[in-house]
Amino acid sequence: MATVSAAGPALGDDPRRTRARAARRRKYDPRETRAAFAFLTPWIIGFLVFTLGPMIWSLYLSLTRYNLVDSPQFVGLKNYKRMLGEDPRVATALFNTFVYAVLYVPLAIVVALGLAMLLDRVTRGAGFFRTAYYLPVMTPGVAVAVMFSLLLNGNYGLVNRALSVIGIQGPQWLTDPAWIKPSIVLMSLWSLGGAIVIFLAALKNVPRELYEAASIDGASSWRRFRSITLPMISSAVFFQVIVLTIYALQMFDKVFVLFGNPGSQTYAGNSSLFYTLYLFQQAFQKLNMGYASALAWLLFVIVMVITVIQVKVGNRFVYYESERK
Amino acid sequence: MSAVAAADRVVDDVAETSGGTPAGRDSGRGVHGWHQVPFWILLSFFAVLFIYPFIWLVSASFKPRGEVFDNRLIPATFTLDNWGQVWRVSPLLTWLGNSGLVGLLAAGTVTASSALVAFGFAYFRFPAKNLLFGLVLSTMMLPGMVTMIPVFLIWKEVGLVGTQVPLWAQNLTGSAFYIFLLRQFFLGLPRELFEAARVDGCSYWGLFWRIAAPLSRPALIIVFIFEFQASWDDVLKPLIYLGNKTDLYTVPIGLNSLFVKYNPIAGGEGDFQYIVTASLISAVPLILIFLFGQRFFIEGIASQARKG
Repeated sequence: MATVSAAGPALGDDPRRTRARAARRRKYDPRETRAAFAFLTPWIIGFLVFTLGPMIWSLYLSLTRYNLVDSPQFVGLKNYKRMLGEDPRVATALFNTFVYAVLYVPLAIVVALGLAMLLDRVTRGAGFFRTAYYLPVMTPGVAVAVMFSLLLNGNYGLVNRALSVIGIQGPQWLTDPAWIKPSIVLMSLWSLGGAIVIFLAALKNVPRELYEAASIDGASSWRRFRSITLPMISSAVFFQVIVLTIYALQMFDKVFVLFGNPGSQTYAGNSSLFYTLYLFQQAFQKLNMGYASALAWLLFVIVMVITVIQVKVGNRFVYYESERK
Repeated sequence: MSAVAAADRVVDDVAETSGGTPAGRDSGRGVHGWHQVPFWILLSFFAVLFIYPFIWLVSASFKPRGEVFDNRLIPATFTLDNWGQVWRVSPLLTWLGNSGLVGLLAAGTVTASSALVAFGFAYFRFPAKNLLFGLVLSTMMLPGMVTMIPVFLIWKEVGLVGTQVPLWAQNLTGSAFYIFLLRQFFLGLPRELFEAARVDGCSYWGLFWRIAAPLSRPALIIVFIFEFQASWDDVLKPLIYLGNKTDLYTVPIGLNSLFVKYNPIAGGEGDFQYIVTASLISAVPLILIFLFGQRFFIEGIASQARKG
């Protein structure tokens, strides 16, 4: 990689080290090893106490009935049976969450990519627009939910007022079951700035010579997009798809504010029950810690399976720069 | 792209400040002069979509109770009452203080611990290094919900549920994503610096504290503000750990409690003017941090694009 040479050999690739490595493969300086583990101590403790230990504990809890007061009672696979067969709320929550993710992720990618490409085209004012698009990301999720609950109010919210100006009767965004998920998608799309900035950086990294060569060969702008831009930024797009999917499957703050507060009109009714909200309710409002642990493991498995599928499919299409040589 | 090159790019980019793309890069790509106008129009249209909700919020915060929903850009009746009253109808100031304190602790601890661990992975040779780093990366994939319940039980066991400690103390053990980010950065530093210092008798701690850390200030600042933002936004932890201790609330759940109190849909009293004003105030600190530290944000986020 050309960029390395400027700064001299970097920490990661001392040539002497690489050469010597094979020779003394198993010989480590004990002093160095001790020092290294001293530096790693915070993470090792954290991994044991806050990750590995809790995972094992959670697996055990998922096989018990536990309400925080009495000690956990072993019930075998009962929680899993209930979750997968007897509790219709789980299917409802999964369905809602999937619908949200399926709407949100592609829309977010397309809109962010479109805006990033527009930003990439202008020379003057790009900084201003980038700031404008990124500002919503700085607004806390709760404030976003609160604000949009007012803007999307079916009777006097700004959005429906604006729609009525052009002769459209807007829906009851946050109370009509059919519109709840599109509403959440809409408010999530507002905070899209991160993806825009990432795509913009990826676009700026595409070597300009490629476009020039293609233009000389008479390639149309669509052709240049298909054959140059898209392949060159595919790894950034791919990474965003994975990150946004994981984020969407765990959407919590906005749905909690809008539908999770006991007493709110739509208090997690069928169409506003998202998976993490249901998990939270089971764990911390109904104190079904065992059942909630099983729900958490189901979420884990789902996130894993979806990510693995995405990686498998993605690897067929993604072009990595390191493969260029 | 190799990890080293990626880290090096981050170093270069941060060093040259974000505003400029490399000279000559940009000049020929875009369309020129008047031909940019259609793009500006489109970009402006979207900018209005992104910015207008803010303007609506600012405007509504200066309207009296009955006029919040009139959707006028300029308030028909201009009042400062909301800005004066919102502090009295709720402990908003306390919540802001709590969020600030928790945010500083969360960001400070995670920056320090992640930097230590990242340096451990970047500089030293030791057995099982790749295995351990693989473990670090794999924890990034783990949904927080899986460990949420047992971690809650741990804090309950040590009697700290109902305090703000669980909101930040886990950060003392570092965070996988930041460890990854900082390791990339450290890997880009010239190795000669460290070897020269070793020859001069510098300790391992000295390598970290006197060389690696000062040279990585931009990356450390990125981690710090990212985590401050994450902490400022967090809903789940405060909900779980603070219960009904409103004096300990952070801004998001404080705002949520105001929303419940005043929103008629949730059985409240309909004082939307306070909800609006408090929402706006909750966003102000982060927006200020963003406007002043913009280059760190943009670089930090953009560097994720080069991860592949």
